[in-house]
Amino acid sequence: MGIRFILMVNKQGQTRLAQYYEYLTIEERRALEGEIVRKCLARTEQQCSFVEHRNYKIVYRRYASLFFLVGVDNEENELAILEFIHLLVETMDRHFGNVCELDIMFHLEKAHFMLEEMVMNGCIVETSKSNILGPIQLLEKAS
Amino acid sequence: MGSQGGFGQSKEFLDLIKSIGEARSKAEEDRIVLHEIETLKRRITEPDIPKRKMKEYIIRLVYVEMLGHDASFGYIHAVKMTHDDNIHLKRTGYLAVTLFLNEDHDLIILIVNTIQKDLKSDNYLVVCAALNVVCKLINEETIPAVLPQVVELLGHQKEAVRKKAVMALHRFYQRAPSSVNHLISNFRKKLCDNDPGVMGATLCPLYDLITIDVNAYKDLVASFASILKQVAERRLPKSYDYHQMPAPFIQIKLLKILALLGSGDKKASEQMYTIIGDIMRKCDSTSNIGNAVLYECICCISSIHPNPKLLESAADAIAKFLKSDSHNLKYLGIDALGRLIKLSPEIAEQHQLAVIDCLEDPDDTLKRKTFELLYKMTKSSNVEVIVDRMIDYMININDSHYKTEIASRCVELAEQFAPSNQWFIQTMNRVFEHAGDLVNPKVAHNLMRLIAEGFGEEDDTADSQLRSSAVESYLRIVVEPKLPSTFLQVICWVLGEYGTADGKYSASYITGKLCDVAEAYSTDDTVKAYAISALMKIYSFEIAAGRKVDVLPECQSFIEELLASHSTDLQQRAYELQAILGLDANVATNIMPMDASCEDIEIDRSLSFLNSYVQQSIEKGAQPYIPEGERSGMTDVSSFRSQELHEVSSHALRFEAYELPKPVMPSRVSPIEQSSSNELVPAPEPSYHAEMHQVASSVPSVSDTGSLELKLKLDGVQRKWGRPTYSSAAPSTSNADIPKIQNGAPQLDAVSSSSSKAVSYDSRRQQVEISAEKQKLAASLFGGTSKSHKRQSSGSQKVPKTNIPAAEKSHVAKNATSDTAVLERTPQPPPDLLDLDESTVSSSAQSLDPFKQLEGLLDLNQDTSTLTTSDASASGAPDVMSLYGETTLNVQSGGVPNLLPAGRDEANLLSGLAGTPNRDGHGENTVTNPTQQLNKGPNAKESLEKDALVRQLGVTPTGQNPNLFRDLLG
Repeated sequence: MGIRFILMVNKQGQTRLAQYYEYLTIEERRALEGEIVRKCLARTEQQCSFVEHRNYKIVYRRYASLFFLVGVDNEENELAILEFIHLLVETMDRHFGNVCELDIMFHLEKAHFMLEEMVMNGCIVETSKSNILGPIQLLEKAS
Repeated sequence: MGSQGGFGQSKEFLDLIKSIGEARSKAEEDRIVLHEIETLKRRITEPDIPKRKMKEYIIRLVYVEMLGHDASFGYIHAVKMTHDDNIHLKRTGYLAVTLFLNEDHDLIILIVNTIQKDLKSDNYLVVCAALNVVCKLINEETIPAVLPQVVELLGHQKEAVRKKAVMALHRFYQRAPSSVNHLISNFRKKLCDNDPGVMGATLCPLYDLITIDVNAYKDLVASFASILKQVAERRLPKSYDYHQMPAPFIQIKLLKILALLGSGDKKASEQMYTIIGDIMRKCDSTSNIGNAVLYECICCISSIHPNPKLLESAADAIAKFLKSDSHNLKYLGIDALGRLIKLSPEIAEQHQLAVIDCLEDPDDTLKRKTFELLYKMTKSSNVEVIVDRMIDYMININDSHYKTEIASRCVELAEQFAPSNQWFIQTMNRVFEHAGDLVNPKVAHNLMRLIAEGFGEEDDTADSQLRSSAVESYLRIVVEPKLPSTFLQVICWVLGEYGTADGKYSASYITGKLCDVAEAYSTDDTVKAYAISALMKIYSFEIAAGRKVDVLPECQSFIEELLASHSTDLQQRAYELQAILGLDANVATNIMPMDASCEDIEIDRSLSFLNSYVQQSIEKGAQPYIPEGERSGMTDVSSFRSQELHEVSSHALRFEAYELPKPVMPSRVSPIEQSSSNELVPAPEPSYHAEMHQVASSVPSVSDTGSLELKLKLDGVQRKWGRPTYSSAAPSTSNADIPKIQNGAPQLDAVSSSSSKAVSYDSRRQQVEISAEKQKLAASLFGGTSKSHKRQSSGSQKVPKTNIPAAEKSHVAKNATSDTAVLERTPQPPPDLLDLDESTVSSSAQSLDPFKQLEGLLDLNQDTSTLTTSDASASGAPDVMSLYGETTLNVQSGGVPNLLPAGRDEANLLSGLAGTPNRDGHGENTVTNPTQQLNKGPNAKESLEKDALVRQLGVTPTGQNPNLFRDLLG
């Protein structure tokens, strides 16, 4: 399955985007997000960007005040996922121009659309920025 | 770009986002969301809501759920929105339903129809949106409703549609493999798609399929290797490049697939060696992504049939990882080491100090990974040290998930490699004491059996010694508070069985202890049952020995309590005990023989002792017993019931799947031939079929090498670590020696071993800093003991002389090999930029570490203090956006000089732009900077514009949460 969920959570532990690739109830999500964020916040910058949590491995990366957290299973290449996060941020940066937390909040659906292009069934399916953003730009023109 | 046109959102929406963004606590956020729920409930049911407004409501519902509240009242509106004709609205509706619903939700049925319609749409964006939903919300029952259309879309003219159709089929395969079994050949076909995106996506289902059945895909080895080669040779469009690596994510997926296909298959592996070697050479080990690919190469190399040259370069890469300052790389290094030691156990030794550093690192992730490595390299000579460390660590963690795992590993290792029963029991006691509730109850039974059976040899005195020591240790432990239930059961059983066996402790002392246990854990019925059974044994042993039994008052009250217990089991045990107390010695010996827990109890299944009684009854006219199988007639209750059951089942729903339509013969893809066409992989011709079947039938012959691989693994675990020269000199190290050496060896010994080892490990002056303690640990972990053992026997003075030359020799040998490696590398005909990089980097590997830089960049908060001093040459990473946050005036004055370092940061993060790698302190920055600055220029302007816009909308960055405005990429 690979990627189980992708979260964007800020330093205060507030969720900014959540995409799960397996179904969890709202309560389960809430608990999971709380636990993970607490765990990641407790870590220093020098420590690994990977943390084990329950049966997940969390790969996380911090950009300004926003944490990007990706939950993966055991077969994933952690460092590649770390770079996948960066690719996501670069893609958003290309689209929004100097992307910041507020961009994601105001355009939550677009951030989701980008993820939909990049990840399906928990697998990375597209990594070309132009392929990812193409449909989204067309969508903007259409509306 | 995306933020142009005033966001196109209403004031109300902006206010909501603003207040959520500025919320200081979860409680405040919850208040906002609860208020929002009330508003939405009112608004969303109003008549004639404009579509744009409705879209906004839907997104607000998404927010409600995302922040942990129920928004089910609005689901139906999201469903309705999926029917809309406007693609933007439709896609938003689809997005919302995928976020809200799971595949078994009742509302899905309302969407399936829309999906069916949309899959036929002329607008490919609509088709794509529908396929996204198919991947998330179609369950086993609804697959047939969309399957034909999805299959048709595999041939759609738009590559985006083909890609998503492949993934939809993948999803069906994940959900219900049987529903698409006849369509699996499509994945093979799509591997040859003209579009690299479709090909890349197809690797995901193929990876899953190959994981399940490797042999069916052996014919594709050449294809995958050839695709990988083409990717590595930059034949894919530039847009797939990431940080100068050609399509690294596709490379990684391909390497994963090759690892599966080459596992235990020499022939298949041989087809991969060249390309894997090429990729390893080309990897840019200064970038994260380069190291990610490198790591995947190591994983692949350790999985396929071993190749000495590749193993050597894998070992080199691991060495680089472990020596890096980045914890991420160390983590990968440890993991890779754990994979490679199965094949070449000797490589662990050169990294022993790095491993120990990781083990002692405060970073929990690294520590755990290192424990995993230790677990893999445990053998009988180091089991004591490793398990000891594991238990120490286990005691200090709270995470029950991981505690369970490490406890079971301790048990497993102890059971497998225990050097003595004494040690085993002590170790188990520690595990039980600290994680007793987390280990499998089976482990407790194993422990009891071991104590009962002893060594299994004819050595009774040793056995009784073992038991006495167990009894003694338990009497010591039992007074500690809050012991886990399983452990108490073991304690009670052992005390009952052997508490009075050696005559050291009186019956009343042991029974007193047992009553204390029962009293302290009065809520645990199982423990009480074990306790009373133990009492029963001790009393009957006393009676059998002819001693007078005096039941302590507390025991008496305990028995009385159980006589009135609600648990029938406890009651029965108490009554039995009471009955035994009244018996004479002879009977007691028969009921409860001493030390007979291991004797087999013979059960007379035919109940032959009742024969005479049965005979008597029959003679008196009773009906003879007829076995159940021979009875007949409808009156029989059981047969009546079974018939009823049968009827029920014939009326009930059928749960088995209907027979599948006859599977189409899977067409096989031909092994790739190099063609000059632009296609990545030439499409197979239908005429190849007959030929292909032959290929397929020849494949299974490889399978017997699989068992060989299995053997190899086991060998790796058992083998000694040291270099062959050492292990042949001192082939057998008795286990008992290890503790002696550790405790008794003079300090000098440790130091001398440190110097000899450090020479082979690292030629620099590191050995001075390495503490003797670490050395000891290293020695006990990595079979250094075999050397020190030899030393002891030959006298300590001579040691340095005998050891150092050997180490030097090995060092020289290593140098020689690395020299040849360099020589091999240099005459490469096309001088690749990346290749040159690698050679220069390796000379100065210590001085530069890209990850350090990256991590520094991410740490924006700590740098805010330096911002006010608008010094361009400040070493930190000044944050442009937060400058804007202070005041606009400041931006105009201080912004321009600050852009320069910002540009450099950009270069590090987004280094996909320039061909030259970025290194601090190498003087190249000045060259790359101007272009970077140009690139960054318009962005800064953009962000200023955005900032102004946001201000207009009433969201001010000087407000409560300036972080919201912070540029994520620094």
